[in-house]
Amino acid sequence: MTAAPLIIFAVLAAVAVASGLAMMLSQNAVYSALFLVINFTVVAVLFLILGAPFIAMLQITVYAGAIMVLFIFVIMLLGGERLPAPQQRLRWQQPLAVVLVLALLALAGYVFAQGAAPAAVLAEPQDYGSPAALGLLLFTKYLFPFEFTSLLLLVAMIGVVVLTAVEERRRRLPRASRRT
Amino acid sequence: MFELAPLVLAFPIAGVLLNLLFGRYLNERWISIIGVAAVGGAFGVAVLQALALAGSGYHAHLALLANWIEVGQLQAPWQLRVDTLSVTMMLLVTGVGMLIHIYASGYMHGDARFARFFIYLNLFITAMLVLVGGDNYLMLFVGWEGVGLCSFLLIGFWYDAGEPSASARVGGEPQAGAGNARAGRKAFVVNRIGDFGLLLAMFMIFWRVGSLQFDAVADYFSVQGAAAGGLATVITLLLLVGVCGKSAQIPLFVWLPDAMAGPTPVSALIHAATMVTAGIYLVARSAVMFELAPVSQMVVALVGATTAFMAGTIALAQYDIKRVLAYSTISQLGFMVAAVGLGGYVAGMFHLLTHAFFKALLFLSAGSVIHGVEHGAHATHAHVDVQDMRVMGGLRSKMPVTFWVYLIGALALAGVFPLAGFWSKDEILADAWHVGMVEGHWHGVLVYVLLALAALSTALYMTRQIILVFFGAPRSEAAAHAHESAPLMTAPLVVLALLSVLGGLLNLPGWHALGTWLEHTHEFFQTGAFNALVAGISTLVALAGIGLGYRVYFLAPRTTADAADALQPALGPMFGFLRGKWFVDELYDAVIVRPFERGARSLAFALDWNFWHDGFHNSVLAAGFRMLAAFLSGPVDKTVIDRLFDALAGAVRVVGSRNLQRLQTGYVRNYALGVVLGVVAVMGYFVSRSI
Amino acid sequence: MIPVNYYLALSAVLFGIGALGVLVRRNALVIFMSIELMLNAANVAFVAFSRQFGELDGQIMVLFVLTVAAAEVAVGLAMIVAIFRTRASINVDELNLLRG
Repeated sequence: MTAAPLIIFAVLAAVAVASGLAMMLSQNAVYSALFLVINFTVVAVLFLILGAPFIAMLQITVYAGAIMVLFIFVIMLLGGERLPAPQQRLRWQQPLAVVLVLALLALAGYVFAQGAAPAAVLAEPQDYGSPAALGLLLFTKYLFPFEFTSLLLLVAMIGVVVLTAVEERRRRLPRASRRT
Repeated sequence: MFELAPLVLAFPIAGVLLNLLFGRYLNERWISIIGVAAVGGAFGVAVLQALALAGSGYHAHLALLANWIEVGQLQAPWQLRVDTLSVTMMLLVTGVGMLIHIYASGYMHGDARFARFFIYLNLFITAMLVLVGGDNYLMLFVGWEGVGLCSFLLIGFWYDAGEPSASARVGGEPQAGAGNARAGRKAFVVNRIGDFGLLLAMFMIFWRVGSLQFDAVADYFSVQGAAAGGLATVITLLLLVGVCGKSAQIPLFVWLPDAMAGPTPVSALIHAATMVTAGIYLVARSAVMFELAPVSQMVVALVGATTAFMAGTIALAQYDIKRVLAYSTISQLGFMVAAVGLGGYVAGMFHLLTHAFFKALLFLSAGSVIHGVEHGAHATHAHVDVQDMRVMGGLRSKMPVTFWVYLIGALALAGVFPLAGFWSKDEILADAWHVGMVEGHWHGVLVYVLLALAALSTALYMTRQIILVFFGAPRSEAAAHAHESAPLMTAPLVVLALLSVLGGLLNLPGWHALGTWLEHTHEFFQTGAFNALVAGISTLVALAGIGLGYRVYFLAPRTTADAADALQPALGPMFGFLRGKWFVDELYDAVIVRPFERGARSLAFALDWNFWHDGFHNSVLAAGFRMLAAFLSGPVDKTVIDRLFDALAGAVRVVGSRNLQRLQTGYVRNYALGVVLGVVAVMGYFVSRSI
Repeated sequence: MIPVNYYLALSAVLFGIGALGVLVRRNALVIFMSIELMLNAANVAFVAFSRQFGELDGQIMVLFVLTVAAAEVAVGLAMIVAIFRTRASINVDELNLLRG
């Protein structure tokens, strides 16, 4: 095994972790969103390395594109870059949260360490991860879940419209008074 | 084509459901189209079944719809039996039913419960088809009860008749209050007695045969032969009780005249053409048993003949146009019952068919007459009983179509050559003659004499009716202003009139189409030989009746509505006896109804109220219970149990909720922390287990 | 080739960061972003396993996760907008009406 792939992976992973941390820590929500974009892009590159070009493109367009644009749009709309007041309540939660997450990671690390070494990665099959292969699977084995996602999206769409629609309060004057 | 058989039921059921679900949104036109199409579809299917039978050697075909009851030995599937007998009945029910549906869509025009009427009619057709199409006695019973229910619903269709809002409706009987509902109830209760007999017969069959399938029963009795004679006698006598109920024979015929409270299409469909003939069908279906029970056969024949004679005489003295036809129906049903009792199953079925034609025709024409007079009464604001023949007269020129078809129907009923009634009635009389004169049974002679007398009175009362209704001068303003009914009503009349003329072709002597057709269902179904002597006597009897009627009623016409009947002087007190319907209703009232009511009242007041309620219940049960309850609620419940649980609840409140309340902070992030805590804990647990 | 364990470790770390973000941040928008990060971490694991076993099913799952994430973001942001209309705030700590 040459070192090159490992170095590439290490660099990408470092960028991903760093951008994730920055997203979590930065006080300005716009920065957070932009760091998240970096994170998503890096992960997309990882997908490419893992032989999932279609998913990588999807990641860029849907996540880094559509969803993050939506985020930034809402941030701008609401003016939610910064929260006005400094944190007062639940101060005690922060250290507890850090400890818990570290414990979680430690447990995960323990499981990795205990687990048997994985079998050698198989050679990439022909057409692996191509849109054609993916589409074939999607429209045969996963046809029903695929169709179902359309319903999900429809429900989400209607939900969004209902939630954000401004209640129209037209106070119509009675006809008699309008005539005067 | 046999696989289409279930459709014969599906069509009317679809009609019921469509009108039930959507009837309120549809106008009369569509409701009646749905109703007629449902029956028409069933008729089409029945025709196809008949063709299929003819094309496949006339063998009975069974069509399994679903399994119904399977308990041990008892197997009662929903199974249709397509054989020549059932197909004949299906054709009759759906064919005549369709014509009556068409007529009803005109007759019921403007009624507030138009859709309901067609729902009931289609439901009736469904039940009737189950009755005649079923392959076992249980299915027959389901249909039997179904038609009974529909009959009850339709007799009381104008259950509010007599109230001011309903009195103005077209064709409505101006009876007081809930008279129609009472008539429906009477029919239902009287029929219950018959049904009881049928049920007992079914129990007997299942007990001894172990099956209710027609084939199995037939096989059992064919194999057992004379050895099962006693059993067959018991079963058939019980069946006879059922027949008496449904087909209005002595002693259970009293419900049929009252059933005329229903709308006229109902009288025609249910109480003349189809339902009341179910008894004849039942006897024909159970022919194997009756053949083994000569005693039962004799009783059946005598009951039928006596009924024919008695009802025929009562019809002589009635003034209500529909009531005359009702007694005439009872009388003709008596003919059929007598026929099947004498073993003349083909003759009975033949008369059943022709009678369905001309009696439906007569009822529908009577409805047309009532309709016309009602219009007249409405136009002149005259308050008359529109069904009373005394206020009619001279309608021949006002309602020409109705007059001609009525005349055809009356002649057919009177048995005039060559109309349908002549052939079928003659066949019955020939069978009676054969049993009495050739085979030498005394009851054959008696039956023949009774039936001949009934035939004489038939001709007489039909002549009387025709003359009273259509001839002479109008005896009221309403009759003077009557007019012909709409084509929607007269068209079915013309078709039925044609059938009444040509119906005799079904089983013409020497051809015997019906006989050879029914023969395939059962070897007992044989047509008797044509007897020229009997035919001659019948014709003479019919002509004598008509001549007598002509002499009594036409030559001395009734001039005013309240004049005495022309027959009254000749008969004297006899006429009052006939007019009072032999006082059978009064007899039942005195012997059964009133003692029953008195007994019920004494049981209710003396035993139930005074003794059980006031005495035992109040002083023993209630007082004791109250004491016990006071004890339990006071010392036991309030002091011990209540305090215990109050204390328990208080402890929980103090210990638990005060402290646990704090956990619910309302902060989402707090809850998320809880989730992560749980994840770590569960993961930790699994990891620690794996170590 | 990189062993699949490395990817899983990366996935775990990213998931942890996301979880931490949900727990410590008050800004509803950032909380949502953290949730997206967690979903993304799961995606990494899916794709890695998919590659490991040479089956495409994992990638299909990513596709569905993407769909669900899109729907969730849309509805979630709509809810934030709706809440902002009534409370004029996107601070989740001010939303404690359900307090016991």
